Amino acid sequence: MALLEVQGVNVVYEPTRGQRIWSVRDVDLVLEQGEFVGLVGESGCGKSTLGFALTRMLRPPARLENGVIRFDGVDISTLKGERLRRQRRNGFAIVLQSGMNALNPVRNVEHHFGDILKAHAHAGEHYPGATVRRRGAELLGKVGLDATVLSRFPHELSGGMRQRVSIALALALEPRMIIFDEPTTALDVIVQKAVIQTIKDLQRENGFSAILISHDLGIVLEATDRVMVMYAGRIVEDQPSKDLVSGPHHPYTEALLKCYADPRADEIHLGGIPGTPPDLSLPQAGCSFTPRCPLVQDICRTLDPPLSPLGHGSAACHVRAPSAAVAGEGVKPVH
Amino acid sequence: MAPLVVSGVSKIYTVRGRGRGKFTAVNDVSFTIAPGAAVSLVGASGSGKSTIAKMITGSERPTSGSIRFGELAVERLHAGGLRKYHSRVQMVFQDPYAALNPLHTVEYTVMRPCQNFLRMSPARARERVYELLETVGLTPPAQFAGKLPHQLSGGQRQRVVIARALACDPELIVADEPVSMLDVSLRADVLRLLASLRAKRGLSLLYITHDLLGARVVSDEILVLNKGKVVEQGPTKQVLQHPKDEYTVQLLDAVATPFATAGTAPTG
Repeated sequence: MALLEVQGVNVVYEPTRGQRIWSVRDVDLVLEQGEFVGLVGESGCGKSTLGFALTRMLRPPARLENGVIRFDGVDISTLKGERLRRQRRNGFAIVLQSGMNALNPVRNVEHHFGDILKAHAHAGEHYPGATVRRRGAELLGKVGLDATVLSRFPHELSGGMRQRVSIALALALEPRMIIFDEPTTALDVIVQKAVIQTIKDLQRENGFSAILISHDLGIVLEATDRVMVMYAGRIVEDQPSKDLVSGPHHPYTEALLKCYADPRADEIHLGGIPGTPPDLSLPQAGCSFTPRCPLVQDICRTLDPPLSPLGHGSAACHVRAPSAAVAGEGVKPVH
Repeated sequence: MAPLVVSGVSKIYTVRGRGRGKFTAVNDVSFTIAPGAAVSLVGASGSGKSTIAKMITGSERPTSGSIRFGELAVERLHAGGLRKYHSRVQMVFQDPYAALNPLHTVEYTVMRPCQNFLRMSPARARERVYELLETVGLTPPAQFAGKLPHQLSGGQRQRVVIARALACDPELIVADEPVSMLDVSLRADVLRLLASLRAKRGLSLLYITHDLLGARVVSDEILVLNKGKVVEQGPTKQVLQHPKDEYTVQLLDAVATPFATAGTAPTG
């Protein structure tokens, strides 16, 4: 059984004033035990929202509209209160974007560990200072930090160190799945590489399943086994990382890859994608990538392509992955 | 058109609080930006590059050394002199969200320097705004003039910031990480815009970044900074293809590109 099975997840933002925005539309995905998967997409594509949905972190005005999220066989999409909280121990965890900024500025690192351990303690479990310090030091060691960090306050640590502390905190409850939401934004290129390497090593050594969410395709391809590409709230491509580099299926992925280049190369042709992503407060007719796609056909304007198997993965594109099922379907109801 | 000559500039901060001491942010840095040239300053955080930018634009004063813009001694400018200097040297910042007042339209934002520095009448300033929006590729200008920042994409916002910086026809633009907060698919356009401004207006550019690819695309010369010191300097392509300093190698290795990983050079 896969660790995480997601079917038909939709997330809508309903501000009190203004239009509803469908930021995640009909997402299915599967994460096997021990798998390290990347979720890539640009601003506003819904990747962080999806990460929050999967870890039940959505807050109003965002709402999980429908869908099944089966974690280790249990549908967590409708759990509340104590039953949901229990899933977070030995269950799933999320390291937030700029997690470094999620640390309490008036409490030292040791206090943060104590907080987590005590909040999720089983009945009868105690966490006196010495235990918190021991466990804290152990966890800090896993992310390459010295035990002296326990007595520090967040402002005394560099951005990279704070991000590592966030990761160590996520490991505290020995989760079987960790979602890393843009763990390296706001870090410079050298620290970024080190943090990603730490995450890779941890994933390998501890065996948890992981989803790495990032707008940076380069980082994701380096770190993960498999990549899902998101555009306008939908998953448009899903392939093993190696295969994606040599043979992207979806025109968006293809165009995105052209935006990267090796600074050492003799000639550099830097690509860009003209236009901007669609306004998700408006109903989407057909494939959302249509206005920016070089391969547009008539069917693209009326019918949203389903994610169909292709090569070692899948793609949602009428041209690259025409689906036999689509031929007889007619126009799909639109959000 | 004046050259910018930075000579032996250092910036030392006195650290107060727990244990006093001195922190050297910039250590004896020298370089020249000829009129129309583009120079990149690259390095990781804490390398001193932003501090150098601040000293060049006059927001900070060097502890020692000098910065000359043509005949002007930048580090000695005050009030009126500094104001005049700002009409010749403008800055483009990293965060297009923070750099624009969320309550003001694009037109208002870009009009301000026209009125402040050039003392244009509102009618003439408005014309200038439209010219500038065309120059930065926000066309048709009428469509963008009335927009508020939140109605624009990151790339569009950054173009507005550039339009504003161009308003008083500066000779030098100091761009501090101008594309690092933009989606990768939007960066090429903004970088191309900067390159074309150089070509068409003879603008000089100081490009500050930790992104080596951007530096390569935009600049002819590169300076690599490590903890406030210049560790390597030279023509951009040469330095990146044949790095001499270990720190430069570290920066290059840290660049995550799909092609570097796969070991193939990109084509087309």
